[in-house]
Amino acid sequence: MGRQLSATEIIDHLAERYGDKITVVTPPGASSRPYVVADREHLVPILDFLRHDAALCFDFLMDVTVVDHLHLEIPEIGERFASVYQLYSLEHNHRFTIKARVPESDPRCPSAVTIWKSALWGEREAHDMFGVEYEGNPDMRRLLMPEDYPGFPLRKDYPLRGRGERDAFPQYRQHRNARTAGEPSGGAT
Amino acid sequence: MSAPHERTSATTKSDGTRAEDDHLGGGLLSAGRAQDPNYVGTHPEPRFFVTEESDEDEFGGRTMVLNLGPQHPATHGTLRVVLRVRGERILAADSEIGFLHTGFEKLAEHMGFQQWVTVTDRMNYMSAINNNVGYALACEKLLGVECPPRAQALRVILSEFSRLADHVICVGLAAMDVGAFSLMLWSFERRERIYDLMEAVTGTRLTTSYTRIGGVFRDAPPDFRQLVESLLEEFPRFLAELRGMTIGNRIFEDRMRGIGAISADEAISWGLTGPLLRATGVPYDVRKAEPYLGYDQYDFDVPTQQAGDSYARFVQRIEECDQSLRIIRQALDRLPDGPVMCDDKKIALPEKVEVYQNIESLIHHFKQIMFGHGIEPPRAAEVYVATEAPNGELGYYLVSNGEMNSYRTRVRPPSLYHFAVVPRLIEGGMISDAVAVLATFNIIAGELDR
Repeated sequence: MGRQLSATEIIDHLAERYGDKITVVTPPGASSRPYVVADREHLVPILDFLRHDAALCFDFLMDVTVVDHLHLEIPEIGERFASVYQLYSLEHNHRFTIKARVPESDPRCPSAVTIWKSALWGEREAHDMFGVEYEGNPDMRRLLMPEDYPGFPLRKDYPLRGRGERDAFPQYRQHRNARTAGEPSGGAT
Repeated sequence: MSAPHERTSATTKSDGTRAEDDHLGGGLLSAGRAQDPNYVGTHPEPRFFVTEESDEDEFGGRTMVLNLGPQHPATHGTLRVVLRVRGERILAADSEIGFLHTGFEKLAEHMGFQQWVTVTDRMNYMSAINNNVGYALACEKLLGVECPPRAQALRVILSEFSRLADHVICVGLAAMDVGAFSLMLWSFERRERIYDLMEAVTGTRLTTSYTRIGGVFRDAPPDFRQLVESLLEEFPRFLAELRGMTIGNRIFEDRMRGIGAISADEAISWGLTGPLLRATGVPYDVRKAEPYLGYDQYDFDVPTQQAGDSYARFVQRIEECDQSLRIIRQALDRLPDGPVMCDDKKIALPEKVEVYQNIESLIHHFKQIMFGHGIEPPRAAEVYVATEAPNGELGYYLVSNGEMNSYRTRVRPPSLYHFAVVPRLIEGGMISDAVAVLATFNIIAGELDR
């Protein structure tokens, strides 16, 4: 087993090469771990460096997800979406978080599929839930929602009970009609 | 076969900007489909990554597309695997999930931190306690509290029992899927005994919701020690029976050996964790790598196999049962006395008796329960906490907005990343081998779809 680095040491090591391309964020709270934010243009080279550098060697991409910053503005991120990557190094037993800025007007982000295969489905789910298009991922079909579902349910401006999409499911419609037989059918339930 | 990819992008994107209606998500309604009685929805076309030039072999045999699932005895949940087969041979495979999608992560943004515990055990319903514990640990780290030693030990004991239940059911069902029906009945009987203990401690058998932020919701019953002792006593005999029926059994080994093998490098790249990763020879276990709940004080090993095939995964789960029993024995021997909830009044709900008789407790109760108050971590704080669930690394990523609801809760379920690789592993094999792979992967649809 290699040498375990703290998040600060990882950031220092990363800054030696990409110092002008990353922004360090230290979230509040005693046990929160600092992370870095990068522009999406520089994301793939940085991820590649994190994966292949001998001292870092993040061989696991544990999770890819997106955070919608509509109601939680963080100045260092400054865009609507942040694509979040949870990394783990088996050799050195350390973890790290890196985020990429994704603007609302153009929700696209380069894919990490060429570096880790686990990005295939992680990005697919993030796309399904937030509508962020991962460029380079060969399979951007919807993962959990129906294929013709129009909205992106985990966005903050999407209401908890949907916008009436449930009505499009015939089984649900039958069920509702059976319950309210005789009454004129209402809109969204 | 039309390309599903194009159809998806047509509904979500048109010349770089989203149509207003689409962006608001009213597309289905405005298209008039909600009123169309003949509309039955669509399923994505399967997309096969292995393509063959010819549809016919030299004898004129045609390929056909076959659905394994969504309702199939071998999937043990609702998930669909689409196979392109020639005879019994799988040429290409694709998968579709989402049949059990319930929006748990969206729910977390609308429920208090304490409330969402009840949702976590609906995710991996085979081992609910492990989900409860993972979520409680994430919240505790977010808030900077720690649960008292007795609660830690109780969490460890119940987590390991839950792991045992999960593993024996997986092993029993895997055996059933390849033809050894008795093992399934035996393992269900054993799991019922574990559920008796769960019922005695948590009040429920399946959806336990046992943990609270800062501890567990009630202490173990007075006969807890005897219950655990009797389980510890009979479990090794059951494991020996299990081994006697399968290991060295010619029929069983022929069905399992060399099926769905994956190398260690591939497993790491695909993000496999837990027993599946350890079956390829990588000794990664979160309980050892980043000990939580005092796991570093227990003496246990991380068994590994080398082959990475279905047989290795099967044996791996049985061997992990031995280690769980070791941990439970040690935890029971040094189970400390004391409270099971932390004494932070801003986090721990006061006793009901106190609430009715004491104004201070009433205020604390009010502040935690009423909407707009509750447990409020600092704004923009975020944590990612990984725990070792029976299936692999279970991660909770929480972002706080400084309000009583979590701003973003992300669950990293092991099954999601495990299932991604299944179509690649079953291509080239027989249909019955696909069943053996699915069985040893132990895909739980609840945590797969959330």
